[in-house]
Amino acid sequence: MRVTVRLFARLRDLAGSGELVRNVDEPATVQTVWRALVAETPALGDYERTMSVAVNADYSRMSASVSDGDEVAFLPPVSGG
Amino acid sequence: MGSGKGSGKGGADARYTGFMSLPTLAVVPGELDLQALVREVAASRPGDGAIASFVGLVRDHNQGRRVSFLDYEAYEPLAVRTLGRIVDEARQAWPDTRVGLHHRTGRIEIGEASVIIVAASPHRANAFAACRYAIERVKQIVPIWKHEHFEGGDVWLEGATADPDDESARQTAYRIACA
Repeated sequence: MRVTVRLFARLRDLAGSGELVRNVDEPATVQTVWRALVAETPALGDYERTMSVAVNADYSRMSASVSDGDEVAFLPPVSGG
Repeated sequence: MGSGKGSGKGGADARYTGFMSLPTLAVVPGELDLQALVREVAASRPGDGAIASFVGLVRDHNQGRRVSFLDYEAYEPLAVRTLGRIVDEARQAWPDTRVGLHHRTGRIEIGEASVIIVAASPHRANAFAACRYAIERVKQIVPIWKHEHFEGGDVWLEGATADPDDESARQTAYRIACA
């Protein structure tokens, strides 16, 4: 199945793009998508303990399941304000 | 948000392009308008006795660096949704308050506003508390990032790991608001 990956701030810089489309095998979780990204760009792995994740623009967890067409976002620690 | 390409209300609110009327929650690339947000929040319940506001500005220094400007990035749909969550939380803590919150994105120069918050309440204590609570929560959980450009380089600032369900972070914001 196909998922859209969104990356922000330094994660976007590290990956070289803020939006990627990836094929992952079902059943998949957010963690599955993350592992595929880290395999491509190992430097992303540093963020595993500090980042947040979202599915379809709603905060989620690494263990959440992902469906075909979902948008999965990986968010480094925030610094708004 | 911002999908409706209406004519807008014109005048002071025209800078919020794409909105039919001024929303109380917004994540927008344009200059922020505190007076317009005050009017909007005040109009929702005339007769209240207090409005507290906060304006966050781009500072010219940070951690020993001379800042040139900041470039803000947002995950816009989740950022707007999270602002809504913060307003709901404030309303739970102080049921008589109404909060409006706008955050700007893109390049912002020194001294310009990056965030404006307006809290209205029958009495000043709750207006101040809700306003302070809202900015603390913005810094904890809203998916927005500062890309700091300083003399000699640039760096992504990284603060809190965003977790809206982290009750201890929420309690910390509440304690600060009530201090």
